[in-house]
Amino acid sequence: MQISGWGRASQAQVRAARPERPRDIDAALAEGRSGGLLARGGGRAYGDAALNDGGQVLLTRRLDRLLAFDATTGDLVCEPGVTFADLLDVFLPRGFMPPASPGTAFATVGGAVAADVHGKNHDRHGSFGDHVQWFDLLLADGTTQRVSPQSDPELFAATIGGMGLTGILRAVCFRMLPGASHNVAVRERRMPSLDHFLTACADVRETATFQVGWIDALARGPALGRGILETAEFAPGAGAGPPRRSRAVPFDLPSALLNRWTIGAFNGAYFRRVPAAGRERARPFRDFLYPLDSIHDWNRIYGRRGFYQFQAVVPDAAAPVALRQMLEMISSAGRASFLAVLKTLGRPGRGMLSFPLRGHTLALDFPRGPGIEALLERLAATALEHGGRVYLAKDALLTQAQFRAMYHDLPRFEAVLRRVDPRGVFISDQARRLGLKGPP
Amino acid sequence: MSEAPDTWLVAGASSAIARAFARRAAAANANVVLAGRDRPDLEATAADLRVRFTQRVEVADFDASRPETHAAVLERAKSFAAPAVLNLFVAVGVMPSQADIDADPDLAERVVQTNFSAVVRFLQMAAPLFEAQKRGRIVVLGSVAGDRGRLSNYVYGAAKAGLHAYLQGLRARLWRAGVTVTTVKPGPVDTAMTFGLGRLPLLVQPDAVATICWAAALAGREEIYAPPPWRFIMAILRAIPEKIFKKLSL
Repeated sequence: MQISGWGRASQAQVRAARPERPRDIDAALAEGRSGGLLARGGGRAYGDAALNDGGQVLLTRRLDRLLAFDATTGDLVCEPGVTFADLLDVFLPRGFMPPASPGTAFATVGGAVAADVHGKNHDRHGSFGDHVQWFDLLLADGTTQRVSPQSDPELFAATIGGMGLTGILRAVCFRMLPGASHNVAVRERRMPSLDHFLTACADVRETATFQVGWIDALARGPALGRGILETAEFAPGAGAGPPRRSRAVPFDLPSALLNRWTIGAFNGAYFRRVPAAGRERARPFRDFLYPLDSIHDWNRIYGRRGFYQFQAVVPDAAAPVALRQMLEMISSAGRASFLAVLKTLGRPGRGMLSFPLRGHTLALDFPRGPGIEALLERLAATALEHGGRVYLAKDALLTQAQFRAMYHDLPRFEAVLRRVDPRGVFISDQARRLGLKGPP
Repeated sequence: MSEAPDTWLVAGASSAIARAFARRAAAANANVVLAGRDRPDLEATAADLRVRFTQRVEVADFDASRPETHAAVLERAKSFAAPAVLNLFVAVGVMPSQADIDADPDLAERVVQTNFSAVVRFLQMAAPLFEAQKRGRIVVLGSVAGDRGRLSNYVYGAAKAGLHAYLQGLRARLWRAGVTVTTVKPGPVDTAMTFGLGRLPLLVQPDAVATICWAAALAGREEIYAPPPWRFIMAILRAIPEKIFKKLSL
């Protein structure tokens, strides 16, 4: 069957298995046919991280059971196909939230481990992997091991953020965080320029539980880097209220609909939506976490050609210069998309290929079109030059050289792969592109 | 659903529809007995129901094709339910490809055995228990395939057709005792049974079928299709004369 990354620019023809029971996972591995095997969760990685062209993918979405919960510690054991939507449905009424949540509730716990996802609370709480206690991992030799930082620290750190290349998760134990509620008080402030943004970010990262910035990546000159900074704290307030009506994008929009004028107009309106003096309002926590989830298949607005998402982090010290350079490249190319996201990250993750480091991260979409790959290549090079790196869950274009220079723990990661998967059974299109595993 | 919560015995509980139904029942405050062959899988589903809903959940070994397991499961479920009402959801079935069946007469027999004989035997054993209880609901998964024998699926369809006829009789028998029997006829459902078969008409998710089953059980409906448009589609298919139907590659 044909599958694609969420950006739809990367496609793959795969054989798919969709286990409904644990023992079906073993059966898929035992088939051992050519082309390797890769677990795929919600399919929300933008590029080719969850693709395995010519090989097999194991769709984990039906493995969605919660296996144990300890309300005193918050420890939850679940199967890898449990989504963030499931977690919030079950646990928000009990006052618990997932410790880190990506920008979509359709992502799975397995994917959260594989990409060591971070959320809008990264400065405060770290990334998902920071809260993982252990996991059960099916290895290439057909055995299943319970892996914790104590039992096998190298394999543990290779699997957190390891993009599914060490094996297949059967169960994950991680710590849910208490103190959550249905509503958050969101404070929105206009940031007239990049400098304002960076100053404000430096301030709120020490105080706010959640923070995220929206940037108008088409703004130029003195307005370069203007946007809206949102911070949020849990607020009392009963019940979830009626769920927001979700809409779907019914067909691929024509690519011509999105150009620098329409997007520029949208971004300007988004900026002016918040009064100059700022505002504060209560919002459902889920709407704050997942602003795009109410529009199903929103990736279709970029048309049939699809889009790329670029996300890089640069260390704090380099951020003012690096971000300015990147935003100038983007605005002068005039190719940016809707809102870009700018936020701070608090500390490095526990995984060898974890994305976070203490710094500033910029994320934005680019509709696919002529010259866009070259722009992304220059953006990645700029991030690298300033000691930064590109997020593998978003990446579709990094070169092997860039990847190797960005991820310093790569030799350790490869040593673990040589030990647990010497034949390269677990593989993705991204791993092939980045030279992580040879052709099987 | 009054006083003490009812219990639902879910037979064939590893199937996707049965799992979804068990969640639906537990969400409505019912207790659940999960019966099936794959014990580790059932334990995982039981754990899931406990974490999500904290109802009483139990696991029981049950193999429709092994009659010696039938009585024990029913006994266990009955005592688990007491003093409240026991209800029964049956999702037992296999659907090999027609090509595989045509290549192996033994497989044809197994398809009839599992989809029809085994279920009939189990329900025959359950019937007196429900008559004694004088209440309760029984929901059994049939199939649109049982409404007309088709080239592409006729052994499975024949077994399900037999099951539909059996359930009509059982319904009449148990109606006299105040027990409802609901036949659910799903079209293709997005489960392991149909995964990889390509594009299927009106494919529905197991959750949607479970929701239809649950509503039908509460309402004591006799026969329903899932999703409902299959009622009309099958009415048309049934109306086609055999002289023409035999030429169709359906």
